[in-house]
Amino acid sequence: MITQRFDALRAAGRRALVCYATAGHPDRARSIALLQGLADAGADVLEVGVPFSDPVADGPIIQRSSQLALAGGMTLDGALSLIADAKLSIPVVLFSYLNPLMSAGADVLQRARDAGAHGVLVTDLPVGSDAERETWFGTGPLDFVRLVAPTTPASRMAEIARHGKGFVYLISRLGVTGVRDSMPDSLPATVAQLRAVCSLPICVGFGVSTPAHARTVGAVADGVVVGSAIVQAAERSVDDAVDLVRSLRLALDEGPAR
Amino acid sequence: MTSETAGGDRFGAFGGRYVPETLIPALDELEAAFAAAWADPAFHVELDSALRHYVGRPSPLSDAPRLSALVGAPVWLKREDLNHTGAHKINNAMAQAILAKRMGKQRIIAETGAGQHGVATATVCARLGLSCVVYMGEEDMRRQSLNVFRMKLLGATVVPVTTGTRTLKDATSEAIREWVTTCDHSHYIIGSVVGPAPYPRMVRDFQAVIGREAREQMLERAGRLPKSVVACVGGGSNAMGIFHAFVPDAGVELIGVEAAGHGLDSDQHSASLTKGRPGVLHGALSYLLQDAHGQVHPAHSISAGLDYPGVGPEHAFFKDSGRASYVSVTDDVALAAFSRFSQLEGIIPALETAHAAAWIMANAGRWAADEPVLLCVSGRGDKDVAQVAEMGIFTA
Ligand SMILES: Cc1ncc(COP(=O)(O)O)c(C=O)c1O
Repeated sequence: MITQRFDALRAAGRRALVCYATAGHPDRARSIALLQGLADAGADVLEVGVPFSDPVADGPIIQRSSQLALAGGMTLDGALSLIADAKLSIPVVLFSYLNPLMSAGADVLQRARDAGAHGVLVTDLPVGSDAERETWFGTGPLDFVRLVAPTTPASRMAEIARHGKGFVYLISRLGVTGVRDSMPDSLPATVAQLRAVCSLPICVGFGVSTPAHARTVGAVADGVVVGSAIVQAAERSVDDAVDLVRSLRLALDEGPAR
Repeated sequence: MTSETAGGDRFGAFGGRYVPETLIPALDELEAAFAAAWADPAFHVELDSALRHYVGRPSPLSDAPRLSALVGAPVWLKREDLNHTGAHKINNAMAQAILAKRMGKQRIIAETGAGQHGVATATVCARLGLSCVVYMGEEDMRRQSLNVFRMKLLGATVVPVTTGTRTLKDATSEAIREWVTTCDHSHYIIGSVVGPAPYPRMVRDFQAVIGREAREQMLERAGRLPKSVVACVGGGSNAMGIFHAFVPDAGVELIGVEAAGHGLDSDQHSASLTKGRPGVLHGALSYLLQDAHGQVHPAHSISAGLDYPGVGPEHAFFKDSGRASYVSVTDDVALAAFSRFSQLEGIIPALETAHAAAWIMANAGRWAADEPVLLCVSGRGDKDVAQVAEMGIFTA
């Protein structure tokens, strides 16, 4: 389903808008409303974050949302039931740290598929780190989305591309998730380097916060991932987050500023 | 390549590199730099000289006549409290700082719990002219305010961590985040045998000087190897440091003492090996305190240096293989040992060390009169005096 979505986008000459939200933030009911609102506002793929107690790849905004969701009793299984209840018509990628997935048992990937997830992204399981668990994710019912960082050398990019499915998530800059003022100047070169060894669609995330950023990224990549900016807007209201995504959609479809 | 590295980065099933992709090249670079340094005699000349003339090594092995009488067996003390800055932490901090300089990194990041690793890192950074940023939980800054002042005096920046439990766990998470952001020009000096490979093995190798010296000193002074080697286990670096040289000596029992906090049956303790189950935190697979959903369970210990829900992966391996055994001691018992040990031997131990000392005292009679017991005195207790005085349980 993820691949079909990207194929359709490519055929239409459009860029993918991938939207992140933390499951259970700010609470279960509003979290469901948010996911549905993001889908209606033009998201192509939803990343649903499983809140974790120790999110080392995340900046203050997603940390805060995770703590709030955990305080409200959210769990991995809670996130799956939330996805099922949201009845979404677009692909869903489960976005998690490894420990909650390990703890949930061998059938968790099938349970996630049954709940309506199509992909899984594991923040702290890089390519080559754990053959057994990478095989578990790679051969299961979900597309295993892998990450490339700005520090990743070209030879390793090729290896990551070989192991990924659905799309490749390119981290735009050194650092953790968060809202930023600008996109790094090196981005077009990094995307081109990855493109040379990767046939999967390339989506760029970390720091993409505004319609202008989305346009800049859309000019070089197949899609953008927006996380912290959406979560920050959702701290104010679901409507604010949905409005942001509508403006991101518009900017992405208009194409690069001339 | 990567998969070989992964295979070599484990202790049995434990260890590994469970980190964001951004850090993988930095860990590769560190691993290569460490291997090159370790193979380079010039590195060892520089490190050995710093340990001898600046840290004050070799640290003495003290006999402990009154403690021995109480225990019914000769107890020997490996005096890491006599190192410059007052704990074993500087063995690792000094070696990693020299390594960072070789790597051309001028900026150092560290996390600290009790503040001993932070002080050691700030100290070696001052000596080597490196800039130093230390992450410390707000709760620990309160408990260990003396060490906060020392770090600042030494020129380090201390960043309070206000997320989660505001202790070592969250300080470590924040230091990792900072490293993800600045790994192109900063080196992260992790303070224990934890974290992603190559840290657990590298920190062990840098702390192994404790056991190398102690083994030789035991043969010379006691005329035999110890029956038991006992050390406290937070992340596990002083324990692994003193254990390592004795691992091939099958007759030597290795005992790690964890913090049982308010008791193993309360959910307020730091006994990861005794009560945890395998999980991933801060880049390594090891025993971990966690709930049924894989969320990390906050640890508790009266001692900030033991207050950590994880433990080094080699200890997890030793637990499963049976090469070492792991026991635990509560806050109250450790506190009693803090004063008892001080009065018996004239050495005020760190609260961390007091856990290991307490276990030995509680097991008086366990050893035959000719079976020596070797205790790693990981640090001195000056940093804990204010905290303990505030409790008002001992009158001076
Ligand atoms: C004196 C002392 N002992 C022990 C520890 C625990 O660390 P580890 O288990 O790595 O030796 C600390 C940590 O801060 C410490 O300061």
